[in-house]
Amino acid sequence: MKEFFVGSELLDILEKVEAGERLSREDGIRLMKSNELLLLGYMADIVRKRKNGDYAYFIVNRHINHTNVCENLCKLCAFGKKPDDPEAYTMSLDEIEARALECRDLNISEIHIVGGLNPELPLSYFEEMLRRVRRALPGVVIQAFTAVEIDYLARRENLSIREVLERLMAAGLDSLPGGGAEIFSPRVREKICERKISGERWLEVHRTAHQLGMRTNATMLYGHIETPEERVDHLLKLRELQDETGGFLAFIPLAFHPKNTGLESLNLSRTTGFDDLRVLAVARLLLDNFDHIKAFWIMIGPKLAQVSLAFGVDDIDGTVVEERITHAAGADTGQCLTRAQLVNMIKAAGRIPAERDTLYNIIREGS
Amino acid sequence: MVNRGKTDWERALAAAVAGKRLGLEEGVALFHCPDLTLLGQAASIVRRRFHPEKVVTFIIDRNINYTNVCICRCRFCAFYRDPDHPEAYVLSQEEIFQKIEETIAAGGTQILMQGGLHPDLPFEFYLDLLREIKKRYNIHIHSFSAPEIYHFSRISGLSIEEVLHRLKDAGLDSIPGGGAEILDNRVRHAISPRKISWEQWMEVMTTAHRLGMKTTATMMFGSLETVEERVLHLLRIREVQDETGGFTAFIPWTFQPGNTELEEQFAGVDSGGFDYLRTLAISRLLLDNIPNIQASWVTQGAKMAQVSLAFGANDFGSTMLEENVVRATGVCYRVPMAEIIRCIKDAGYRPAQRDTYYRIIRYFD
Repeated sequence: MKEFFVGSELLDILEKVEAGERLSREDGIRLMKSNELLLLGYMADIVRKRKNGDYAYFIVNRHINHTNVCENLCKLCAFGKKPDDPEAYTMSLDEIEARALECRDLNISEIHIVGGLNPELPLSYFEEMLRRVRRALPGVVIQAFTAVEIDYLARRENLSIREVLERLMAAGLDSLPGGGAEIFSPRVREKICERKISGERWLEVHRTAHQLGMRTNATMLYGHIETPEERVDHLLKLRELQDETGGFLAFIPLAFHPKNTGLESLNLSRTTGFDDLRVLAVARLLLDNFDHIKAFWIMIGPKLAQVSLAFGVDDIDGTVVEERITHAAGADTGQCLTRAQLVNMIKAAGRIPAERDTLYNIIREGS
Repeated sequence: MVNRGKTDWERALAAAVAGKRLGLEEGVALFHCPDLTLLGQAASIVRRRFHPEKVVTFIIDRNINYTNVCICRCRFCAFYRDPDHPEAYVLSQEEIFQKIEETIAAGGTQILMQGGLHPDLPFEFYLDLLREIKKRYNIHIHSFSAPEIYHFSRISGLSIEEVLHRLKDAGLDSIPGGGAEILDNRVRHAISPRKISWEQWMEVMTTAHRLGMKTTATMMFGSLETVEERVLHLLRIREVQDETGGFTAFIPWTFQPGNTELEEQFAGVDSGGFDYLRTLAISRLLLDNIPNIQASWVTQGAKMAQVSLAFGANDFGSTMLEENVVRATGVCYRVPMAEIIRCIKDAGYRPAQRDTYYRIIRYFD
């Protein structure tokens, strides 16, 4: 019933989408600037259906943020603290192990560990952490440490990225999360995270991980000072690397939350519902070589996350307990959705709920 | 267009877009449309017919809940208190005047006074309140939902028409559409057994319309009703609107189970964003004689309210300087006027403050 969209300015792109053609940078920019939200969703839904049928995925997982001490102290972040800050914390290996043991009977399939760049923590801390978590949670996938943390460890220990990744893998690391990508544009990084690794370096870490056989995720932090063009270029860099390695599992846009960050003074507002759905839909359209687009309900709220299933999304993340980073920046979402709530959300949107593992193998279907 | 081979929802959707009036079965078929964006697009086409200009309106007003004492004790409500409850209250005229002054200072044009069905306050209390307000302030009084009007009739022994006459003479300008819940007695019996029947709700509305007063209509969905009952609700409103033309707007919102008697039964069953947008769009498609459809940021939050502008809504509702009833369920969204304006602009529309009759007061460019 695409005749409902007669008169739209994007019909040439709709034709390309229907034909399965790759979209250009110019197409991407037009999409990213468009207010034709429903047509964006309609097009993204075509691609989503093609790739994932009626399945909508979620994962039962837990997050651990082992330290908030961070040398980078990016302006975009409300989580990182100086070592002498009264709110600074670093979890001991025993604490982390205890936290992992608490998850033992929860039937989780993935544990997600990320933290700040803490100069006190040597590579051996991370190796031991992985060994203990692996022991505490046999069979659970450990998805840990962003490219930024991997790079930091390499520099701290005078090792190559490859060597660091190999040692962490030997200790139990399965997969890298997609954090730290922000926006690849150097102009933006200079203003929101000037001490963070470059976009090229981020891509290099993921390329190396893929070469070592690891699957990883990719993200984009949007809704601060980036332009539509910079968003599109970010997506195209990811598409390029995915063409080369095929190692990315999912793309996860992250809505910027300004509260308590170094960018609060810019008086940036939270992202709107239109923008959240637009970014998800355009990502689905441009990233034709990514299997999965994930909406992080912690960031955009459960209601909009459910709606995003009609805008290209096939994954609504997981049952997260104790997420600190987004909440430090003023996210007012809860800390947890139960499995039953996620299943109900997906069913009510007309999709088949599929509890997945990290590699999108279906663990349990339907209920 | 040849419709053979199409599913029921496809036929219904095409018919609505072609400007045809839909019936009960077609309305129900729309709830089976799996494609949310198509529903939204169809609703947007219909909405454009009512509002070809790219404007989204809102009103500056305040909800004033003069009492939380209520003998109706609906199972879906978290706001009411029994008369002897320590948290029971009745606002004094002075407190109400204070709230009105704050509303006027914020650029407000309307107050929405609603309260529980208080067993002891006489009808004269309300008449006196209206007169005293009108004596002091130039403000539109959009107040007293149908269950309150019915209650006034009971305590005064006067007919609905006489009650409305006297309220109007005392200063009442228009009536809000609350208390409609689902306009079908099976559901009402289950969620609000002591509340007026759907026929009585409609009687108040038609009488008000006959007396020249405008009203809105609402629907609270996502509790125990079926999809058929939602459609029936919409058709009953449409039928009366054909007769009277007195409804200015339709406002659907979702049941919020927190702190209500139904909380346990509904634990973890949030009527989600999908159902909200779908129902909003279907309302736009079925209510072919009601000009305005409001988004409900109070129950959905600013992001969803903005997205609802793509699903048939042309009005962002009210700035609601104060709101207590939804908040009692633990759902607390705050959306200041600046945020309403930003959401409207960001969606590609021109924001405008309106009055109760949807006349534009000023644009925000």
